[in-house]
Amino acid sequence: MKDIYRGTLVRLVVESPEVMSKMFVRWDHDTEAHRLADSDPAQLWSEKWMKEFAEKRLEKESDQAFRFWIRTLAEDKLIGDVSLWVNSWTHSEAWIGIMIGERDFWGKGYGTDAMRLAVQYGFTEINLRRISLGLHAYNLRALKSYEKVGFKMEGTMRQEGLRDGQRYDGYYMGILREEWFAMQGGGS
Amino acid sequence: MKDILKGELVRLCAVDAEELARAYTVWNRDSELARLFDSGAARLHSTKGIKEFIEKEIEEESPAHHLFTIRALDDNRLLGDINLDVINWGARDSFVGIGIYNRADWGKGYGTDAMKVILRFAFTEINLRRVTLTVFEYNPRAIRCYEKAGFQHEGRVRGALLRDGKRWDNLYMGILQEDWMKETRVLPELALATQ
Amino acid sequence: MLDIQTQLFEAQDVCFGPIDHEAHPEIESKWTHDAEFMRLMELKPVRPLSPAMVKKQYESIEKQMEEDKNLFYLTIRACADDRLIGKAVIEWIEWTNGNGYLRLGIGSAEDRRKGYGTQALKMLLRYAFGELNLYRVTAVVPAYNEGAIRLFQKFGFVEEIRRRKALNRDGEFWDIISFGLLNSEWREQTNGRG
Repeated sequence: MKDIYRGTLVRLVVESPEVMSKMFVRWDHDTEAHRLADSDPAQLWSEKWMKEFAEKRLEKESDQAFRFWIRTLAEDKLIGDVSLWVNSWTHSEAWIGIMIGERDFWGKGYGTDAMRLAVQYGFTEINLRRISLGLHAYNLRALKSYEKVGFKMEGTMRQEGLRDGQRYDGYYMGILREEWFAMQGGGS
Repeated sequence: MKDILKGELVRLCAVDAEELARAYTVWNRDSELARLFDSGAARLHSTKGIKEFIEKEIEEESPAHHLFTIRALDDNRLLGDINLDVINWGARDSFVGIGIYNRADWGKGYGTDAMKVILRFAFTEINLRRVTLTVFEYNPRAIRCYEKAGFQHEGRVRGALLRDGKRWDNLYMGILQEDWMKETRVLPELALATQ
Repeated sequence: MLDIQTQLFEAQDVCFGPIDHEAHPEIESKWTHDAEFMRLMELKPVRPLSPAMVKKQYESIEKQMEEDKNLFYLTIRACADDRLIGKAVIEWIEWTNGNGYLRLGIGSAEDRRKGYGTQALKMLLRYAFGELNLYRVTAVVPAYNEGAIRLFQKFGFVEEIRRRKALNRDGEFWDIISFGLLNSEWREQTNGRG
């Protein structure tokens, strides 16, 4: 059995609320990072609030959410998070989202490696049929990364968002189980 | 799209906690029935207690748990209940349990028909890969019913039950989606779609 | 004659101990991050756990032990320094039938292949059969866990159930095997010496 948490640059981990709240507060300050990842308005929450939020989520999170944080293999540094949300067990389909909060690790393959690990987990441990994601059209780095992982463009939500007086589209991508296994070289 | 909850002799229906609880209280006093259905010690429960238990079960509304009552197609009579519980979404494996409450209704094919309906539900609506069940070795009627529905024997837990000073085995049976597809000759397109 | 002198919780190199709510969550959290190990033990999709999540699990385990009385959870320690090296569990006990399920695992790779599993299983069986007086125990193992299969077979467990293709991992299908051992079989093997 493979160790499916370990990639070539990063590994997937789960950390306690105290650890995560510190990182979220740090990453929240970088509004470029936030605006690449999120549609919500950039906001600054206290560490106390973040910790309580994470603890509350721990209580009632359903078994349909698979949250991982990303640590670099070399420096063991926490750089972001990646999560899968199963929209429907009966249809075996999930949503995936990733955020690299440490900008020093952008454009170097860390996000792609983490995405590959999460997609591999989705197809070889929870055995999904397809994984979907959305991104802002202005996030070209993410688009390239997702294409490398194997996601295909499936549609555009025209003028989905508005920031700094500019409208931007939302891109939607998906990857199917057969496509992913074919990329790995057979099996299903 | 077929009405997948309808069989040839029975249909699977929603649970009315009050009605089901009342039926349970009656058959529950028949210890032969209790000992066919349950591995725990036979016990007598009040309607109130059973009703609260059932209400908690159905209140959850999870895609992993399905509880139906079994009703006769001809006169809509309550015959029993059947439940399907997904035990592992990763493996798409589940457990099924069935009970027909009245001896007068035994041996008439109701159980086998209800089993066939739940298997179709499991494999074409919930898209499961496996359905597992356990049955006590001293329940040959049920064992035959499950064999007819397509379950294969997968083993036995030796001496799992102690009743009246004697040891009995608990049998495991299972059916795979691929076996069921072949047996019921489901259309190839449908077979592909549920992969 | 009743042998109360031979310790139930002590073997040559390993001992059984209680849960340490302060020190153990961190250690067990690390084990859960080793997917290779977890996939040997866990039949449901594996997930890594934070120390906070492990702590919560410990609390609900002790609650279940107290309220339902159908679970016995033991930590495996190295006798030398009391270090946590694994866990041994007897669960889903049906007292009226005398049945239980066994589970055990050595958490970190450095502690495996040293015979600790054998020592722990020996203690666990004596506890199940000689102290809890169970009639039989069951161990459920994925077909690819050859180490566990060999260990149980060594102790005389018999393969009883094979649930076909009950696991789906890495794009392949695997059977889940149930092994069973009766009290009488165990007693015969150990000649009542335990």
